[in-house]
Amino acid sequence: MNVGALSRPPSSRRALLISLSALLIALVVGMEQLAPLFRALFPDQDPAMYQRESFLDLTLAHLALVLVSSLISVSVGVAAGLFVTRPAGREFEPLVSTLAAIGQTFPPAAVLAIVVPVAGFGFVPTLVALVLYGLLPVVQNTVAGLGTVPSQMLEAARGNGMNAWQILWHIELPLAMRVIIAGVRVSVIINIGTATIGSTVGAKTLGTPIIAGLVGNNLPYVIQGAVLVGLLAIVTDLAFERLEQRFSFGDSRAAS
Amino acid sequence: MPTSDAASARLVANRVLVTLLCAGLLAAWLLPFATMSPNRLASGQTVGLSEALSAWQVIALLALSAVLAVTALRRPLPRELAHSVVLLASLGLLLITLYSLGDYAQRTLVEKSPSARVSQGSAFWVMVFCCALAAIDAFQRASSGWLLRLGYMLIAGGSVAMLFASGHFDDLSIMREYANIRDNFADQFITHLVLVGSALGPALLIGVPLGLLAHRRVRLQGTLFSVLNFFQTIPSIALFALLVAPLSALGNAFPLLGEWGVKGIGAAPAIIALVMYALLPVVRNTYAGLKGVPPATVEAARGMGMTARQVLWRVEIPLALPVMLSGLRIVTVQAIGLTVVAALIGAGGLGAFIFQGLGQYAIDLVLLGAIPTIVLAVIADFTLQMLVVLSKPAGTRR
Repeated sequence: MNVGALSRPPSSRRALLISLSALLIALVVGMEQLAPLFRALFPDQDPAMYQRESFLDLTLAHLALVLVSSLISVSVGVAAGLFVTRPAGREFEPLVSTLAAIGQTFPPAAVLAIVVPVAGFGFVPTLVALVLYGLLPVVQNTVAGLGTVPSQMLEAARGNGMNAWQILWHIELPLAMRVIIAGVRVSVIINIGTATIGSTVGAKTLGTPIIAGLVGNNLPYVIQGAVLVGLLAIVTDLAFERLEQRFSFGDSRAAS
Repeated sequence: MPTSDAASARLVANRVLVTLLCAGLLAAWLLPFATMSPNRLASGQTVGLSEALSAWQVIALLALSAVLAVTALRRPLPRELAHSVVLLASLGLLLITLYSLGDYAQRTLVEKSPSARVSQGSAFWVMVFCCALAAIDAFQRASSGWLLRLGYMLIAGGSVAMLFASGHFDDLSIMREYANIRDNFADQFITHLVLVGSALGPALLIGVPLGLLAHRRVRLQGTLFSVLNFFQTIPSIALFALLVAPLSALGNAFPLLGEWGVKGIGAAPAIIALVMYALLPVVRNTYAGLKGVPPATVEAARGMGMTARQVLWRVEIPLALPVMLSGLRIVTVQAIGLTVVAALIGAGGLGAFIFQGLGQYAIDLVLLGAIPTIVLAVIADFTLQMLVVLSKPAGTRR
């Protein structure tokens, strides 16, 4: 859903994306420079700056987790979506769609917790939870996106002598791309949030300072982690919004 | 390969069921059905299905699997009958799987030390999962009405609840853990519901008028939806955490507010964050619902001499209700999930068990927090889906 983009001129969204990205990078690299500010705001907190790991390391670890899980989710999710919309797998389509819908009602934090008994603590269970949860919106939107391709168009392509692969590659995927990317956007944004909670099962992410701050009653830690991860999510969302528009073929208003 | 496709189509009518059956049987054969550990925290040794189940249970499982295999074939059963048989057989399989696990725990723990624990293994989960999927698939193939689904859900839920109520599972590790925290569990469960409820109320009170405003004043839409989308995008734990600082400052500055519960840690930041998350779906669906009301209908109502207020309450809102209720459905399910995270800022709720369990590496405690949350979310989703169907004008329901 890109309701938010409806009546905003794209140029202001672009300026927002650029300035927020700059802010994010500046904060990731230069959070230490703000130490005097945090000391002034929280005079009775010592230390007022999270220093166990650098924020650059935490951000990169967070990004790595989201990137790896999203790559797996997207490739598996799109493949599954393609399978259930081909003649060979069409029989599985209702079940897979329902599963994707029901699965998304599961709270991400509960999924993360349930993976721990199977996969242990640390990077791996967080990755598994992220992949499982990230799959669902991708599958759902791949099926939905391919479903919006008009049947006359497929008919026409067949009439022109295109084979199944050519139709998929040159007709179906390009036309479904915007909806598929919208699914990837939902999946990635959820994963950025779930990765943050992943620090409670021992993954190193931007959630680590937040949890450390909440446990140790240290508000500056909490703020430092939360601002960074919040900015990261917003910047990613804005970037995906632009990517979606690139694939919209001028019908984004009608479709949303 | 058209020939082999045609041949398999002639023999097997339901490949989904065959796949599920194979997955379930493979899991039952290869994966551990249960684990047996000397105490609450130690990791135990695994027990296979053949070892855990008594003879009649294995025979019943195989018989029901055979019935399912037959229903997957093109002949001899007619399609509609096959779907009903699948529904019954998968419920039977589910109940036998559950019963066998409880039975195994009862039988083995008699001669073991009191601290010994029996937990469910991965084969158990796969089998339960496959039974549920088989039932869901059968419902979709039969394209049954919602009344039948509701009835089936009630019967299935009721039989499982009865197994629990009869004390059949009391020897399982997770139920012993539950017995230890019974009172606390009830408290946290209620806290969870109260948190969700106290976020939904304000969200509707603010969100519905905002949606109305967005519908009436087109120029507001862009800004409104961008701001609300920002809230949705921020990871839950970050938003909860970011509210801690200003609220604790507020609570310190005005002690009276602090007495009312406005402080950095606890329910106040949790409810505010939940409301912020809930606003986008409520506003968006109110707006979309109102937008979907045909202009001709509104015109006709005006032509009949209805005032603007009457048009809103008697025409627009009733017609927009199904879409507005699907917004409520999204928001409720989302709030149930997000409240888990609120436990991290000391708001309580079922998430408290999850994070406590993770801290102690007590898996049963984690599951006692996670499974009820998932069940709660699925039930809320199903119930509100029913409401959406019922709120549609008669004749357009399916």
